[in-house]
Amino acid sequence: MSLKKGKTIGLAAIIAIAAPLSLPFTVSGEVFELNSLSSLYEGVSFDHDMHIEATEDNCTVCHHHTAGTPPEEPDCVRCHRNSGEADSPKCSDCHVAEPFSAANLDRQYNTPNLYHTAKPGLKAVYHLNCLGCHQETGGPTGCQDCHTMTDKGEKFYNTGHYAPKEKPGGQSSGHH
Amino acid sequence: MKKIDRRNFIKGSLAGGLTAAATGKAKNASAAGGTFGGYPDSMGVLVDLTKCIGCRTCEAACNKEQGLPEPDRPFDDYSVFDEHRHGGLPRRTTEGAYTVVNKYEVEGREHPLFRKFQCNHCNEPACLTSCFVNAYTKTPEGAVIYNPKVCVGCRTCMIACPFYVPAYSYSSPINPVVKKCIMCYDTRLQFGRPPACVEACPQGVMTFGKRKDLIDLAHETIENKPDKYVDHVYGEKEVGGTSWMYISDVPFEEIGFDTHLGPDPILNYVKDFLAIVPMVLCIWPALFTGFHLLATRKNANKDDSNKA
Repeated sequence: MSLKKGKTIGLAAIIAIAAPLSLPFTVSGEVFELNSLSSLYEGVSFDHDMHIEATEDNCTVCHHHTAGTPPEEPDCVRCHRNSGEADSPKCSDCHVAEPFSAANLDRQYNTPNLYHTAKPGLKAVYHLNCLGCHQETGGPTGCQDCHTMTDKGEKFYNTGHYAPKEKPGGQSSGHH
Repeated sequence: MKKIDRRNFIKGSLAGGLTAAATGKAKNASAAGGTFGGYPDSMGVLVDLTKCIGCRTCEAACNKEQGLPEPDRPFDDYSVFDEHRHGGLPRRTTEGAYTVVNKYEVEGREHPLFRKFQCNHCNEPACLTSCFVNAYTKTPEGAVIYNPKVCVGCRTCMIACPFYVPAYSYSSPINPVVKKCIMCYDTRLQFGRPPACVEACPQGVMTFGKRKDLIDLAHETIENKPDKYVDHVYGEKEVGGTSWMYISDVPFEEIGFDTHLGPDPILNYVKDFLAIVPMVLCIWPALFTGFHLLATRKNANKDDSNKA
């Protein structure tokens, strides 16, 4: 009983902390505002056109198999060779915003024959996908190169207005 | 008055000693034969060290979740990675930080490797077995927690821990106690939720789940990318298994992990010896009092007869 209650409280807390659960993409031209998760940081303005150019129209660099381009990862090819284009290629359609919610954990533990058992959450895949590539291709890699820290973030990281008083040298800086 | 029969006394004491020795030995055998091995459904965390970028968000999350004191420097100050303790050792956990991230420059690796350090929550914790006031508990959920009200601040657990995890509240002169990561048991784990650091990580470095599932996942991950990962799941076997486990693309000994700990829980190294202690305490006083009486009785009798 108490476990169930705890789970509910936990879920409520996660929802309360997380940003508004509206559509993850606010399409404006071909620049997406990735802001569904913004909390400690502002959202990211993502120039889709520029990335299409940078990847030379190879959607699979970012989209696995979901955009119609066949996957290249040998591990994915095993099952997804002929998967074709998905109804929606959006990251958030498969990678949930709250991977640690009681419902999602329950689904993970209790779905028989679930192959993608440790599917990373939306925040993780954004960072893994973008940052992983940026590190290799020389794109921006500092936290604040892509999104500015919010007031809540400054409080969380004890920085900016909330930096420890006595000991100087606490200027926030971007990170690789 | 009945005189002590020397022969009967020796016979009796020898028989008693042998019985005690035999029972002691039997106890040892059964204990060594079956180790505890951890709760079957305990939770764990699998850390993929290849993914960590050293953003220190986990440190900040831990600080807030556990209500720890304000840090000396902001959590987005990355110069802390250049801080070293005496002997060039990297940062370790303190009373004000139950987890720290350290940076390792690895030769031949394009980027430095970052490693999060916190309590590994052993299946058979050395801290727990070493604690003489029983302050520690290994919960069925997998966390190694402790009761600070019981802790007397003896710091035996700090010496017992093979990972040097427990820290000490040196700043508290009145009632210093041991401080360490409790896997967010109070606020999260007991309700089925992952520790705060796991949830805060922007890179999904840590996977939360049942320990036995995580072991499968770890081996599967290594199998899928054998060129990337080192074929070793650190924590699967070490010191009897730990709730926190690690996979890496760099040999573990190069990034500060002790790879010589062996698969036996620390307890096994002292169990045999400790089993003898009660035997010694019970038999030796009786035995040597007996010897003493035998050795002095004669003189006492002699004195008595001289007087008579």
